[in-house]
Amino acid sequence: MALVELRNVSKIYQLGGEEIRALDDVSFDIDEGEFISIIGPSGSGKSTLMHILGCLDSPSRGTIQLDGMMIQDASARELAAIRNRKIGFVFQFFNLLPKLNVVQNVELPMIYSGVSASERRRRAMAALASVDLANRSRHRPSQLSGGQQQRVAVARALVNDPRIIFADEPTGNLDSHTGEAILGLFRRLSVEGRTIVLVTHDPEIAAVTPRRIEIRDGRIAEKIDLTLAGLDREAPTIPRRPAGGGTGVTQ
Amino acid sequence: MNLFNTILVGLKEVWTHKFRSVLTMLGIILGVASLVGMAAVIKGMENGMKEAMIAMGGADKVLLQEEEVPSHQQHLADQAPGRTMVDVEALRRSAPLLRVVSPEMRVSGVVATRGEKMAMPSELCGVWPAVVDMNLHTLAHGRFFTELDEENAHAVCVIGTGIRDELFGAPEDVGREIIPIGELVNLNGQPFTIVGMFAHYESEQEKKMRELARSKPPETRAGPARQRGFGRGNWAFWRKNYTMYIPLNTAWIRFRAASGLDNIPDPRLSDIDLKVGSIERVDVALQQARNVLMMTHRGIEDFSFRTQENNLESINKQIRNARLSGGFIAAISLLVGGIGIVNIMLASINERIREIGICKAVGASGLAIFAQILIESVVIALLGAALGVGASYGLVAILALISPSANAPLITPLAMAIAVAFSALVGVSAGLFPAWKAARLNPIQALRNE
Ligand SMILES: Nc1ncnc2c1ncn2[C@@H]1O[C@H](COP(=O)(O)OP(=O)(O)OP(=O)(O)O)[C@@H](O)[C@H]1O
Ligand SMILES: [Mg+2]
Repeated sequence: MALVELRNVSKIYQLGGEEIRALDDVSFDIDEGEFISIIGPSGSGKSTLMHILGCLDSPSRGTIQLDGMMIQDASARELAAIRNRKIGFVFQFFNLLPKLNVVQNVELPMIYSGVSASERRRRAMAALASVDLANRSRHRPSQLSGGQQQRVAVARALVNDPRIIFADEPTGNLDSHTGEAILGLFRRLSVEGRTIVLVTHDPEIAAVTPRRIEIRDGRIAEKIDLTLAGLDREAPTIPRRPAGGGTGVTQ
Repeated sequence: MNLFNTILVGLKEVWTHKFRSVLTMLGIILGVASLVGMAAVIKGMENGMKEAMIAMGGADKVLLQEEEVPSHQQHLADQAPGRTMVDVEALRRSAPLLRVVSPEMRVSGVVATRGEKMAMPSELCGVWPAVVDMNLHTLAHGRFFTELDEENAHAVCVIGTGIRDELFGAPEDVGREIIPIGELVNLNGQPFTIVGMFAHYESEQEKKMRELARSKPPETRAGPARQRGFGRGNWAFWRKNYTMYIPLNTAWIRFRAASGLDNIPDPRLSDIDLKVGSIERVDVALQQARNVLMMTHRGIEDFSFRTQENNLESINKQIRNARLSGGFIAAISLLVGGIGIVNIMLASINERIREIGICKAVGASGLAIFAQILIESVVIALLGAALGVGASYGLVAILALISPSANAPLITPLAMAIAVAFSALVGVSAGLFPAWKAARLNPIQALRNE
């Protein structure tokens, strides 16, 4: 059985009588230990998909099975518990709490799962050590560089030992060099056996993952577009072919 | 998320916005300070009034008062007998439900002198020994009057400590307690022997202050020494300490018999005080007394009874009114404080929408967020309450300074507990709406919020 099984999932927004199908009949599986990227142009529904996979949102239609549990009908409270124990998030804008220091930020998920204070500190320091930031544990997020902040976010995502990690444009706010480092970190985590889903519009980033799912207009593209998938290394800055009538990828 | 942590986060939140938080707490601080302060003032008032009542003879004392003859008996007005010993004897004989009957014959305009020194008694009365029970006196030294004193109209007197202070010197001034038993004093020129002296009467407050003064090294005082019992003292205690009693018969023969209009002796008593056997049967006892008096007064109703119930009722009414107005002010302050907290909590969650979204993304349930905001609100309210309790001590100190009185305000733990409980209640109710709003936030929209 796959770790995640998505079956005929749709997300429909009603905007003034108009129906927006942010996701339209999406089905796929993610196996344990996979390193997978979800790629597509802006507005194609990547973030919507990630939110549903990450239990931040519920689908309008379809079923999702995560780690053997059907979650499409779960209550807000159950979803919170699943997010807490089984899922780790890394966001484009780091999303650290500015008033807490680094180690307290990493401890945050454990606070909601009722881990004792000493155990929290121990695990948070271990997670920080795994992203090479143990020596910065007392600093505020604002005292760190963007790359360091994102590593703290990765440590926070790891600290409750989740079944799957979702990263939405984790390098979107970093320069290319720092972005490389973060991608390297994900690759290492993947080698260590983590299941990682990377959401990006950048084919070069998608190229680092063994498997890619391409989304266009809320649907899974039939065939992976090799150019879009970043295998066309010669001219990465040329505007891509417009994707399914939607907007092209812009840098 | 455990409670301790939540409280800690709440405190931190308050600490990061110190100025704003204190402004928000102002309503609560004022509310609590006025509630505790008012309660303290009222408590002081109540204590003073109750003590004064006991000093004047207690709750079971009934005054037999002289009244105008009622209008339908107006034609009999010149035959109204007034209160005389006939009434006293009749009541003692025929009204068994009365426990004590105490006649008093006041002699006015008497000055007590001893050599150069002189004292004005608050009252000089001819009395029976029943007066000790009636007015709750404690005889500290010597003896009270005997049958023989009464029978032979001996020139003896029992004095309060105030008279002693004036004529022989107060302990504060001479450094030791003078007990002038056996000494002579002149009452309007007639020598009287002091046979007894009452205890020194004072309010709890005076007692405390006196003991405090004694434990401190004596300060050198400039100017005339402050008279004991006067000025700051409670009027009822001062009056009681300046009492001077002589046997009833002595008053009658030595002062009254020749002092009436045109030298005709005036047999009327100035007071007849009664105490009933049991306070529950006061109505029956007074009806019995009324029947007896109607006989001796030949049906002319020139008297009435005044029970302490009226007095007690008026005390209680005053206290109730004071409590009501104090409570009203405090309630308004607390309400304003509550609105301030709602306001600040709403502003605070608006600022923290993104943070709340992050917490939700990493697994905070709506309930955890709700509890967090609610506890923060309660923390603000309780901090305000703590500051308010502190402020109430200052308030009471200022009140005591600008209006010194024997009824010093007394801060009670009960008032404090009530104030804190109300603040917590205000904190909870003020936090409910903001907490509900925060708990309901959609994490995706919250995260999108810049
Ligand atoms: N709350 C909403 N109400 C209405 N429409 C929405 C809502 N959220 C998303 N959409 C629509 O759903 C579609 C998919 O949005 P989504 O955010 O998933 O795109 P995306 O692929 O993540 O784009 P980007 O690369 O720019 O982040 C868009 O057309 C968007 O307008
Ligand atoms: Mg997106």
